[in-house]
Amino acid sequence: MILGWFGRLADVAVDGLGLDKASPLGGALHFFIEDTSKIFVLLVVMIYLIALVRASLRVERVRDFLAGRSRWLGYGLGSLSGAVTPFCSCSSIPLFLGFTSAGIPIGTTMAFLLTSPLINEVAIVLLGSLLGWKFTLAYLVIGMAVGVLGGLLLDSLHAERWLQPFARKAFERAAPSSAVGAATAAPRLSLAARHHFAIDELQDILGRVWQWVFIGVGLGAALHGFVPEGWIEQHLGAGQWWTVPVAVAIGIPLYSNATGVIPVMESLITHGLPVGTTLAFCMSTVAASFPEFILLKQVMQWRLLVLLFGMLLVAFTLVGWLFNLLAFWVL
Amino acid sequence: MKTIKVLGSGCAKCAKTAETITRVAAELGVEVMLLKATDPQLFMQYGVMSTPAVVVDEVLVHSGSIPHRSEIERWLTGQ
Repeated sequence: MILGWFGRLADVAVDGLGLDKASPLGGALHFFIEDTSKIFVLLVVMIYLIALVRASLRVERVRDFLAGRSRWLGYGLGSLSGAVTPFCSCSSIPLFLGFTSAGIPIGTTMAFLLTSPLINEVAIVLLGSLLGWKFTLAYLVIGMAVGVLGGLLLDSLHAERWLQPFARKAFERAAPSSAVGAATAAPRLSLAARHHFAIDELQDILGRVWQWVFIGVGLGAALHGFVPEGWIEQHLGAGQWWTVPVAVAIGIPLYSNATGVIPVMESLITHGLPVGTTLAFCMSTVAASFPEFILLKQVMQWRLLVLLFGMLLVAFTLVGWLFNLLAFWVL
Repeated sequence: MKTIKVLGSGCAKCAKTAETITRVAAELGVEVMLLKATDPQLFMQYGVMSTPAVVVDEVLVHSGSIPHRSEIERWLTGQ
């Protein structure tokens, strides 16, 4: 199959350098070349195609779409919108305020903000090609569940009372069923305009993500080639119950792009780190980060931030325990 | 003289936007007062939902990405 070409490319490269594929350096290099080339080609194709379709989507339209929805529908749609809408996490604050000012419940907004970094076309491409469709499906379901349930919990606790005063006032002032302004119409874009947008998106995303691909695959390659077979399995593979929450507690403040984390996930799993622990650690790394919490402090009081951290800790720990038990199905 | 505000949370894209606008303004010889705004209450005031965003003489002209050079030129030479 086409994907086999990348393996052959790596074979040629490694042979050409006079290395043995079975040696640590040769093995690591082979992994590195095969995976980076495969990933970059897949990324270019997927990002371009999806951007072509997504050219006319604006966050303002998502806001209008989500305003005035009933609770459960709101969480589901919020999470789904987060999954399909691209946005840079530096836009978390303006987006949060925009949604809140339109009267969108904080739970729906958070469903969007929680799911968005987890699920994106880049992550799906990588997961699919490196870890298989079952794993990808599990990841998707978890990503959306974290968003929906997180949103539900926050609204049940009336978390809007823990917003910073100016944000809370904006929420209370908004009439719940009215969107800010009339619903924004979708611009009709020509194919040429879509192509330009797609090229821009390609440059933008690749520009942000390429280092992570090299770092992620590099780490994965190092693990692959240099960590002795079975070391991870011996020392961390028993999946003692406390390793999961510890892994998640470390992962949450860490900053990483899904792109960098997924190749590392693959290596960790093939080296014997339990599926659940790996999944929990990696997803918690992607879902939130220390810099993002600092940003959110501008609109949320301490109590809410702590609640958010606690929620993520519990959620991903449960995910980790669950998948350590279900490992046989996903792999 | 045009007053241009670049709204953002301080990430690299916002810095790049400000830098590009300053550079283009210098090349075109247009006098510009450039302000970088990170206060979230300002985002709400201008109805900005994605950053970086650009406000020229109190009018929101762009949001959600680093603007193209051609767009910047249009703002500076008077729409």
